[in-house]
Amino acid sequence: MSKKIQVEATINGEPADFLCEPRQSLLETLRDVLELTGSKEGCLTGDCGACSVLVDGRVVCSCLMLGVEAQGRDIVTVEGLADGSRLHPLQQTFLEDASLQCGICTPGFLMSAKALLDRNPDPSEAEIRYALAGNLCRCTGYDKIVRAVQDAAKSISGGARGA
Amino acid sequence: MAESTEIQKFKVVGTRPIRPDGIDKVTGRARYGADYAFPGMLHGKVLRSPHAHARIKSIDIAKALKLPGIKAIVTAADLAPLPENKTEAVGEAAMNPRYLSLNILAREKVLYDGHAIAAVAATSPHIAEEALRLIEVEYEVLPPVMTVERAMEPGAPILIPELRNPESGDNPTNVAMHLPVKKGDPDAGFKSADFIVEREFHTAMVHQGYIEPHNAVGIYNSDGHATIYCSTQGSFDVRSMSAKVLGIEVGKLKVVPAEIGGGFGGKTTIYLEPLSVLLSQKTGHPVKLVMSRSEVLRASGPTSGSTIRVKMGATRDGKIVAAKVWMAYEAGAFPGSPVTAGAMTILAPYVIENVQIDAYDVVVNRPKTAAYRAPGATNAAFAAETVIDELAEKCGIDPLEMRIRNAAHEGTPHPFGPPYKRIGFVETCEAIRNSAHYKSKLTGANRGRGVAAGFWFNAGMQSSATVNIHTDGTASVVTGSPDIGGSRASMAMIAAEVLGLAFEDVRPLVADTDSIGHTDVTGGSRVTFATGMAVYQAAQDAVNQLKERAAKLMDKKPAEIEFHDGVFAATGNGAKPMKIKELAGRLARAGGPVTGRANVNARGAAPAFAATCVDVEVDPDTGKVQILRCTVAQDAGRAIHPSYVEGQMQGGTAQGIGWALNEEYVYDAKGVLRNTGLLDYRMPTCLDLPAIDAIIVEVPNPTHPLGVRGVGEVSIVPPPAALANAIYRAVGVRMTELPMSPPRLLKAILAARHEPRLAAVN
Repeated sequence: MSKKIQVEATINGEPADFLCEPRQSLLETLRDVLELTGSKEGCLTGDCGACSVLVDGRVVCSCLMLGVEAQGRDIVTVEGLADGSRLHPLQQTFLEDASLQCGICTPGFLMSAKALLDRNPDPSEAEIRYALAGNLCRCTGYDKIVRAVQDAAKSISGGARGA
Repeated sequence: MAESTEIQKFKVVGTRPIRPDGIDKVTGRARYGADYAFPGMLHGKVLRSPHAHARIKSIDIAKALKLPGIKAIVTAADLAPLPENKTEAVGEAAMNPRYLSLNILAREKVLYDGHAIAAVAATSPHIAEEALRLIEVEYEVLPPVMTVERAMEPGAPILIPELRNPESGDNPTNVAMHLPVKKGDPDAGFKSADFIVEREFHTAMVHQGYIEPHNAVGIYNSDGHATIYCSTQGSFDVRSMSAKVLGIEVGKLKVVPAEIGGGFGGKTTIYLEPLSVLLSQKTGHPVKLVMSRSEVLRASGPTSGSTIRVKMGATRDGKIVAAKVWMAYEAGAFPGSPVTAGAMTILAPYVIENVQIDAYDVVVNRPKTAAYRAPGATNAAFAAETVIDELAEKCGIDPLEMRIRNAAHEGTPHPFGPPYKRIGFVETCEAIRNSAHYKSKLTGANRGRGVAAGFWFNAGMQSSATVNIHTDGTASVVTGSPDIGGSRASMAMIAAEVLGLAFEDVRPLVADTDSIGHTDVTGGSRVTFATGMAVYQAAQDAVNQLKERAAKLMDKKPAEIEFHDGVFAATGNGAKPMKIKELAGRLARAGGPVTGRANVNARGAAPAFAATCVDVEVDPDTGKVQILRCTVAQDAGRAIHPSYVEGQMQGGTAQGIGWALNEEYVYDAKGVLRNTGLLDYRMPTCLDLPAIDAIIVEVPNPTHPLGVRGVGEVSIVPPPAALANAIYRAVGVRMTELPMSPPRLLKAILAARHEPRLAAVN
C-alpha cells in the first residue's frame, strides 16, 4: 500500500484538505475519500464523460486525473452546481425538458454544458453538439439534452429564470 | 378508441410534469448501486478467463491469499452444487439455473474471453486487483468456435458436452434449439409470385451499452439472511436467481434496488450479486463489487449476432404471397438467444399466407447473451424490411404503401398466434406518410431516404402496487418496478388521475423485495402497462375504501357515495360532499388508515409498432454515412407522460442507429475480444446524430384501463433496415451486413463500381 499524500484544494467553493493515495484518480478521491458520489464512473478511460468535473473552469474527466493533482486547484462537481437550494438554469431545463432517463450521465452532461455556456452564452446547435460529444448518453438519443442546453442558454441570457 | 377506456377525460394523464426523482438526479444526490458505502465495507474483483475456450486444470489461490489486505477468495467450489438442467421463464428470457450458475463462476471449462473464474474481497479495490494477478490458473486451451456457421458444422468443437436437441439424438451439438414453423404452402406461394427476392444477412454481436457498469453490495448476516443493494431492472429476479445459485431460500434474501444507470435488458440477469453475498459471508463484512467497462463488454450483455436468409415473393400489385426464413442466432456460451422472438416478429407486421421459418439457437465462445430492447426483433427486421423494400422497388410501389397494402390489422391472424385485437400498424405507417419529413423532397448527390417498420409484442406479467392515503389527503404510491427512464412519474400520474389529486400530491416510491409484492422485471415495455394497471387498481381500491369511510361519516351506504374529481358525495339528499383531503383528516374516526392494494398478472398486453424514416448522405470515397434527418412514429396506445414516451422513441432510435452504422464485437482469431473500451466499441455521440422527431400515435389498447400499450422497445427495431434502404437510394448498393461501417460500405461501393450490373442500378 502506498503512503497517503495531503492535498489542499478548493472543492465546490469551499477549501478542502484531504489525504489520498498517489494511485487514486480524482474521481476515486471525490467519490471514496470526499463522499461526493455525484460524479459517476462509466469507463475509467475518458471515453464516456460521466465523471466530468470542472478544474479551474475547464471540463476534465476526473477519471483521467489523479487526486494528488488537485493540489491548489479549483474543482467544481455536480454537487456544487446549484446555488443552495436554487437550481442552476441547466439543472432546471434538464428537468423541464425531460432530458434524463436513467440519469447516470446527467452529472457529466451538466458540467460539460456549464463549461460551454460559461464561455459561449449563445451557442448554435452544432456548437452544443460539438461541446457535448465527449459525453455519452445511451438513453435519450441526445435530442432532449440539446434542447435543454438551448433553453438554459435562453434562460441565462434572459436572466429571469428562478428555481 | 377513447370509449374503450374507463376514464373519458384526463386531467393528469397526457401532461408533462417534472419527474419526482428529478432533483436528486440533477444534483448528484441520487444513489446508484456503486454509490453505496457501509462501515467496514470491503471491495471485490473478479478473475476472468483470458481464453475463449479452455479446460481449467487447476486454480491455485495460495499466493493471492497471502497478500496483505486480502480477506477472502471464492471459486465455483463455494457455490451451491449445480442446480438442475431445466429451463424456466424469467422475465422476457428463458433461464436455466445450471447455466446461470456456470456463468457466475466457471467449473471445469471456460467458454468465453472474460468468463468469471474466481472473486476476491480486499480492503481496497486496488489490493483486490493485485490479488487477481496472484491467482494461478492452469488451462488446457481448446479451439474457439466464434460463428454460428462454424458451430453448426459437423465435427465442430463442442462447447457444452451434455447439450442435445431433439434432432441431435445422442450426439453432442452446439445447436441448442431448432424451431421450425410452417403455415400454408410456401412453394405454391412462390409459384404465384411475379417477383422473388432472396438474400442472406449477417448482423454483428452488439452490446446494450448502458453507461453504468454492473454493481452489487452484499451484506450477509450471521442468522443466514442477506441483503443485496444493486442496480437492476428486476430486484425480484435478482433475488430468485441469486437464491438458486447460492442454494438458499428466496425469503432469506432481500434485494434493494438502487437507482439504475441504464439497462435496456442487460440488467435483467445476475453476475456479481451472488458473489457479493458469498464474499460477505466469508468475511463478515459488506462487500461491494463494480465491473470495469472492459468487464461489462467482455462478460455482460450482449445481444446475438446472427445469420438470416430471407426469401420473399410478391405479385405485381405488391401483395406478399410467400416467405421463407432461415435464421441462426448466437446464444453466446450458453443456450438462450432471442431467436424465437426473432422468428415470431420477423413477419408479424404483415399478412402473409404462406410462411416457413427455421430458427436455430446456437452456442458459440462468446459471452452469454442477455435481453436487449425488443430482443431478437432488430436482427430479424433488418433482413425482412430490406427484402420488402427491394420487392416494393420491383413492383414499382412506394415502400410505405407496400407495407400498408400488406399490413396486419384488427382481426388478421398473427403468423403464429391468434388474430390481432386492435393494433395501430397502419396508423403508424400513415403517421410517417403524412409527416412533413416524408412529404419533403430530398435532393442532392449521394443522398437517399429509407423507411422501415418494426413490431414488438410488449409484455404483461406480474406487478404489485400499494397506494397510501396520508392524513392530509395526499398519497404515496409504492411499486416494485425499478425506474429506469421516468416511470415513477407515470405511476404518480396514474394514481393522481384516479384519486382526483394533483400530480404533486402523489409521491411515488420503488420498494425493496420485502416491502412490496412480487413484481417482474422492468422490461418488455411492461411497467407503464402492467405496473400501471396495478397502480390504477390500487388507487381504485383506495377510492372504494374511502367511499366506505365517507359513507360512515355521512351516515349513508357505500353504494350511495359517488366519487368525482377528488370529491365524495352522497346521492340524494342530505350529507355535505367531502373533498378527499377533508375525508383523509377524519379517517382516524372512521375506521383508521387507508391503503389501496393491487396485485396483477396482467393480461391483454398489446403489440407496439414503429416506423422510421431517415435521410442520409453517403460519402462515396470513405463510406461514411451522415444522417440528415430522422423521424420515428410509434403506437403508444396512450402516452401517460408524452415527454418520456418521446424519450423512449428517440433513445431506441439512437441505439438502432448505432447498431446499424458502427457497433460490433471484434474478436481475433483466438476468440479474444479486441474492442473492450468505449473508444473502440463506438456508440453514437451527440455529434453523430441529428434531432430525432418523435410522432406519438395513440391507438388505445382496449384491454388496459387507460389504453396503455407500452413504449420501451419497438423503436430500436426499424433503424438498421431504414438506414440500409436509405443507403441503397443514396449510392445504389444493398447492404446485407451490420454494421454498415465506413470500411464495409466503402467495400460495397467499390465492388458495385466494378460490377456493371449492380452499378447500373444506381
